[in-house]
Amino acid sequence: MKKHALASAVVFLLLGAAAYGSLFVAPTEKTMGTIQRIFYLHVSSAWTGLTAFFICFIGNLMYVWRREPRWDWVGICAAEVGLVFTTVVLVTGPIWAHPVWGIWWTWDARLTSTFVLWLLYVAYLLLRTLIEEPDRRALFSALFGIFAFIDVPLVFGSIRWWRTQHPQPVVMGGSGSGLEPTMWYVLLFSWGAMLSLMALLMRARYDFEAVRGEMELVRREAEGL
Amino acid sequence: MLSNTTALLGKELRTEFRSRELLTTTVVFILVIVVLFSFTFDPTSAESRRFAGSLLWLAFLFAASLMLQPCFLREQNNDTLSALRLSVADPFAIFVAKLAANTLFLLLTEVLMLPVFSILFNVPVFPVFGQLVVVLFLGSLGVSIAGTALSAISAQARMRELLLPLLLLPLLTPVLVASTYVTIGLLDRAPYMEWKGIGFLATFDVVFLTALWLFGEYLLEE
Amino acid sequence: MTPVDSPAGIRFENIEKRYGGLYALRRVSLEIAAGECVVLAGRNGSGKTTLLRIAAGLVRPSSGSVTFLDSGKGPMQGAPKVGFVGHATMVYDELTAEENLVLFARLLGIAEPADRAGILLAEVGLDDRRSSLVRTFSRGMRQRMAIARALLNQPEVLLLDEPATGLDPQGVSWLAETLRRMRDAGHTIVMSLHGKSEISSLATRAVRLEAGSVMADTRTGGSLSSILTFVGA
Repeated sequence: MKKHALASAVVFLLLGAAAYGSLFVAPTEKTMGTIQRIFYLHVSSAWTGLTAFFICFIGNLMYVWRREPRWDWVGICAAEVGLVFTTVVLVTGPIWAHPVWGIWWTWDARLTSTFVLWLLYVAYLLLRTLIEEPDRRALFSALFGIFAFIDVPLVFGSIRWWRTQHPQPVVMGGSGSGLEPTMWYVLLFSWGAMLSLMALLMRARYDFEAVRGEMELVRREAEGL
Repeated sequence: MLSNTTALLGKELRTEFRSRELLTTTVVFILVIVVLFSFTFDPTSAESRRFAGSLLWLAFLFAASLMLQPCFLREQNNDTLSALRLSVADPFAIFVAKLAANTLFLLLTEVLMLPVFSILFNVPVFPVFGQLVVVLFLGSLGVSIAGTALSAISAQARMRELLLPLLLLPLLTPVLVASTYVTIGLLDRAPYMEWKGIGFLATFDVVFLTALWLFGEYLLEE
Repeated sequence: MTPVDSPAGIRFENIEKRYGGLYALRRVSLEIAAGECVVLAGRNGSGKTTLLRIAAGLVRPSSGSVTFLDSGKGPMQGAPKVGFVGHATMVYDELTAEENLVLFARLLGIAEPADRAGILLAEVGLDDRRSSLVRTFSRGMRQRMAIARALLNQPEVLLLDEPATGLDPQGVSWLAETLRRMRDAGHTIVMSLHGKSEISSLATRAVRLEAGSVMADTRTGGSLSSILTFVGA
């Protein structure tokens, strides 16, 4: 418990520092102005979401291989936490887009891909609620999770090549879109802070899931007798 | 493996062509969608050419997500899936046979629908018929590979009728985007072939076929 | 019936199967020698079906292992041929009797699928209905189809889950006669049954399962009749 409180304190300090960095340390972007500062939250959440889905994928693979309930718990925790972060991306996207481009939603490649990703993992969680028997639920949702993650690069690729309707991306958009070094540092720091938050959330969710798994076991056993 | 696949494919085709249930319902379903769509925009306008490709693929995708529904459910009726698992040396053969049959059924309904579509939306499909069949084949193959795998998953769950489209359609985003893009190019006033799209579809097919080969046997566990 | 080439026994070691928290089988260890005819007795839900499906390789045990044994009780080289009759018929309603058997014979890699199917159709007495869809069959005829499918590959090990289901008295006699010939030819037979019948009289051994554990075994004590009738009661 003490360890947990300490970890939480550290994570919140990091998040505070990241917020301070993006609001006061990073320079104001010339054309977009202050609103561009949401970028640090937006992009670091997106990267963290992807990291969580990757962990989910690893959990899914490990479950299919080892068949240990704990890998199933890793899968569900990572998927849920990943969904939280991608939701942040989907919410901050329009908040950023509206003052800059004058519209709430742009069918921009990465925002749209994130939306598809979000739908895939909502489907993953939905699938889990629709299979009663725990081992079967774990196996089949893991298999769906594997197919979903394999699909991610294909979704990004297809949308990026054929559906994008907006100017050059701000980062990673090729040589023309260099970020100022300070902006990079703040972004990377924000990502680190977000990752620590992700780890904290996943840890708590994992412990909860472990207890829930035990309880379900006891309940089923009691009902079976 | 090969002889098992052909034996199973023969069974899939024989049962379907005996009843033709899947083929007829899918054709009618696509017809309904196409007609309903035509009410929602002006099909005679010049813009319709651009809509046509998207509409075509959306109709096919929705139809496929229904058509793939019974793929593994049918095998549950008499537990024939267990009989297959006991008889077949390599479970991948079960998937290959099923996805080949599904691709064939989809392609057949699509080719049947093309002339109807051409007339209703005033887009000439015959000059580019050959190229269209290539896109339809690669697209349908992708839909069938992913759809066959996911129908084995949805068959395990409650609310499976709703669940399959829900799992399948977002997963098929890349197929939809690429096929639509290539089709729009082919239906353009000056038709052109988008080879990048063709290559992308082929990549999707190979990636998911590999995944199915690796994980297929687990999809059949009870 | 020609004697079996390579008789096979089965060894279950500490088999456990949990469905979620529910135990279907708890640490079941059981050794069945080649050529035995074992009846699994027990109430519904005692784990008979699960044990048979694990032996067939259809269900993966949560822990423990299944080994096939040769006649010297050592582990077998490769897997024996296994025939399985389950609760469901495991044949296609939309195919004819003959098409079903030819299909499964081809999948099993049997050399002359049509000939083999013909022999079995005659054996189970469905020769005159070979071109009818299984959909049109009575329950008893379907059960004969199920048994015919399980016998296609001339299995060394025959696993039957309530094989008399749906059979009329005539059918039960026919099945008992078929199984007797197979037993005498050296096939290993493991079947679950409810109570005593013409079929249970074939047993050389009976095992009673209760709540997923072996509760009685004629090998360690008790008579066939006491183990079988306990369940019938």
